[in-house]
Amino acid sequence: MAYVIEGSTGAWEVVIGLEVHAQIISASKLFSGAATAFGAEPNTQVSFVDAAFPGMLPVINRVCVAQAVRTGLGLRAHINLVSRFDRKNYFYPDLPPGYQISQFAHPIVGAGVIEIELADGSTRSIGVTRLHMEQDAGKSLHDQHPGKSCIDLNRAGVALMEIVSEPDLRSPEEAGAYVRKLRSILRYLGTCDGNMEEGSLRADVNVSVRKHGEPYRTRCEVKNVNSIRFVMLAVEAEAMRQVAVWEAGGTVQQETRLFDSGRGVTRPMRSKEDAHDYRYFPDPDLFPLVLDEDWVEQLRRALPELPDEKRARFMRDYGLSAYDAGVLVAEQATALYFEAVARGRDAKQAANWVTGDLFATLNRSGRTIEDSPVSAASLGRMLDLVADGTINGRIAKDVFDAMAETGLAPDAIVQQRGLRQVTDTGAIDAAVAAVLAANPDKVAEFRGGKDKLFGFFVGQVMREMRGKGNPGLVNEALKQALT
Amino acid sequence: MFALTLAGARAALRARQVSARELTDAYLGAIEALNPRLNAYITPTPELARRQADAADAALARGEAGPLAGIPLAIKDLFCTAGVRTTAGSRILAPFVPPYESTVTANLLRDGAVFLGKANLDEFAMGSSNMTSAFGPVTSPWTRTGDAAPLVPGGSSGGSAAAVAARLALGATATDTGGSIRQPASFCGVAGIKPTYGRCSRWGIVAFASSLDQAGPLARTVEDCAILLGSMAGHDPKDSTSADRPVPDFAAACRRGVRGLRIGVPREYRSDGMPPEIEALWQQGLAWLRAAGAETVDVSLPHTKYGLATYYIVAPAEASSNLARYDGVRFGARSEGGDLLEMYENTRAEGFGAEVRRRILIGTYVLSAGYYDAYYLRAQKVRALILRDFTEAFHNVDALLTPTAPSAAFPQGERMDDPVKMYLNDVFTVPASMSGIPGLSVPAGLDARGLPLGLQVLGKPFDEETVFAVGAALERAAGFAALPALRAGG
Repeated sequence: MAYVIEGSTGAWEVVIGLEVHAQIISASKLFSGAATAFGAEPNTQVSFVDAAFPGMLPVINRVCVAQAVRTGLGLRAHINLVSRFDRKNYFYPDLPPGYQISQFAHPIVGAGVIEIELADGSTRSIGVTRLHMEQDAGKSLHDQHPGKSCIDLNRAGVALMEIVSEPDLRSPEEAGAYVRKLRSILRYLGTCDGNMEEGSLRADVNVSVRKHGEPYRTRCEVKNVNSIRFVMLAVEAEAMRQVAVWEAGGTVQQETRLFDSGRGVTRPMRSKEDAHDYRYFPDPDLFPLVLDEDWVEQLRRALPELPDEKRARFMRDYGLSAYDAGVLVAEQATALYFEAVARGRDAKQAANWVTGDLFATLNRSGRTIEDSPVSAASLGRMLDLVADGTINGRIAKDVFDAMAETGLAPDAIVQQRGLRQVTDTGAIDAAVAAVLAANPDKVAEFRGGKDKLFGFFVGQVMREMRGKGNPGLVNEALKQALT
Repeated sequence: MFALTLAGARAALRARQVSARELTDAYLGAIEALNPRLNAYITPTPELARRQADAADAALARGEAGPLAGIPLAIKDLFCTAGVRTTAGSRILAPFVPPYESTVTANLLRDGAVFLGKANLDEFAMGSSNMTSAFGPVTSPWTRTGDAAPLVPGGSSGGSAAAVAARLALGATATDTGGSIRQPASFCGVAGIKPTYGRCSRWGIVAFASSLDQAGPLARTVEDCAILLGSMAGHDPKDSTSADRPVPDFAAACRRGVRGLRIGVPREYRSDGMPPEIEALWQQGLAWLRAAGAETVDVSLPHTKYGLATYYIVAPAEASSNLARYDGVRFGARSEGGDLLEMYENTRAEGFGAEVRRRILIGTYVLSAGYYDAYYLRAQKVRALILRDFTEAFHNVDALLTPTAPSAAFPQGERMDDPVKMYLNDVFTVPASMSGIPGLSVPAGLDARGLPLGLQVLGKPFDEETVFAVGAALERAAGFAALPALRAGG
């Protein structure tokens, strides 16, 4: 069922395109040797190039170029062997040279595609228009001094990729899924850490609305949205606003807006007086960037397995459902963990444990899978203990919780706590006898034809055995005793 | 001592006939005596010079002297020099002391040179007369016969050229964006070469127009220029447009001769208003080269007439962007204002002179929405055609010979009311700048009023050696020995 906004004049379709700014993982900046670490003291990671001192010149960082190309390859996009840097001119104190070096006319990466997965299990292909490299600006701090603004240039000149989608997205859910998938691909590639809180990944959301079958109407750009949830909320808020404007007989003006997450609305960012003429022109300090085809091929061959391929493989090799596979490949670390558990074992069981108990434990403790209290080796070993009958499935839950709590190996826990499954028929028979003796009325009812009581007896016997009875043997013994 | 050329001084230093300290003290004395009249230096650096001279003497004594050990030079105040104020001739950089040394000046220091001080120039190298410097105009050491009116030294490297001509330095660094080395060389009767774009690093040189700016030397002789360029040039990974090629022995090329070379004579340089004596000197130069064994042939550079107009779109466009960084925020002069915008406006209005403001406005205009295609984009297309003209001409000839400038030096204050007339100074030098090819100006004669005139040798990209060979042959034939009235040791 397509997402629509029901207005007073009928249903409105929402059209969304995203421009995602992703900070490239690189030790130094796009055109200078200054460091890029997050959270350093203000103005400690600034070279004379970043501060635009007289006579300073940019030199392209090869690592950043490789990262952009790898990202392009990961988006199954066309790599432009010749691209160019332009200057985007405007005055602002956090932009020391008075221009941003960006790829306006000739980006390094052309058209690509991102497959998004939706909650109903369906997938959609979203077009990527282009990816280009550009410099980040510094940061203006307006709250450090009563009458002045302070400038931190640590971020000035840091390499960004701007990844522009086609206006192919049609709902807040799709917009969220797009950012989630893009983030996943970037993290797999190691080209962006995807950390939206620290600003390494930010989205500009372009939204318009239209009646079914119409051409596009005027769009507005909601700038610098910094979480996936806010992307979805911003789309919804902006679409609702536009529907209200159109339905009130007004006209949506093309403009830049900001999402106010506190009030859940968008508001205009710039007035017309500030409309910029950026005077783009090719940066004369840099020759066109020419890539060697063999080098691009080398990068292509060295790409890691990406989420889509991994998902297909998990479905094929492990017999997982599309949904389970999708959940497991979203993060590379999760996929790695799962494979370590699943290899040579019951994959469906492994998937259930990872997406069930493990995720629940991680959520509770606020930890990531990289520092999971239960290692993949331990979880695998625990599954082995179930498979070889050392513990039963019910006890496995207790063992898992104990591993999460203590970090100990499953064997040690089973040993220490005496959780080994009881297969001694003498002990089972004794427990059965004790239960039947304690419940003569229930025994009579059962024998009178109330078959449903069998489960009650199993439960009582297992309780008597503190959960450790072998379920098959308990069933067997009960059947015999009750007939 | 002032009669020594750079090559001669080098030999005398090695033979210990003179010490670097003596040479430097002599030049510092000359600066003290004459600079108040010439204003060729904005910032003399006597203490630094003496320290460097002493170091050169020590190196010479140890036998470890670099190729320029003890050679006193003037440094155009567009080159950033560590710990020494670098103004670019502008009020906006008046308080600026760079914490870094430009690659070109670092190369000279590596080779043992002594820096006498920072030479005056047109503000941000924008000008052909040295009248736009915020530190006052440079007066040429030359005067017309029987006329004491102060003349311009040419520009923008007017301080460098005047210093060399008046013997306030043995040589100088300069930069050329549209003719700023060659035109002042011609006006001041000295030699100067703009090498191929990319031959010298631009790192640490205050930028005017990045796709055109190129450093080069000014000196008394072609060979002196060759020696200096040999030290200044070389690949620099800090400048992405710097050429990664070996630096040839330019001085050796000066001795090659021109026998068998084909010298092109571009017919489009024969402009209508050209003074007859410049035309005559040009013909004389061709005759000298033929006499030395070269062949001269007519060539056509059909897009020459668009050179100047194209240049005055491309250079201001780049300048308008390059000069955006002078905003009073991080370095240089700041004029306070009530808010950020006012501070920007006050800083730039008070910091930049009229010519710089004019070019920023022109550049902003030609890049703005709606005009970009008609001006900047079209200019880039014409620029490609100008380069193609040269490329095709160089299929048939080894070098070209033209006049350097359409006139001799003119009086200070003349042409100030008409920027276009002022821009016409660059008509013969701009096409080589637009094409990135090397161009050398050689003093070849005097006009009727006793002022020097230069001839320009243009060469293939990265073939400065042929340019030097032709220039040295012209120099030998011309035997230019005239000296300005105002000079040290005179």
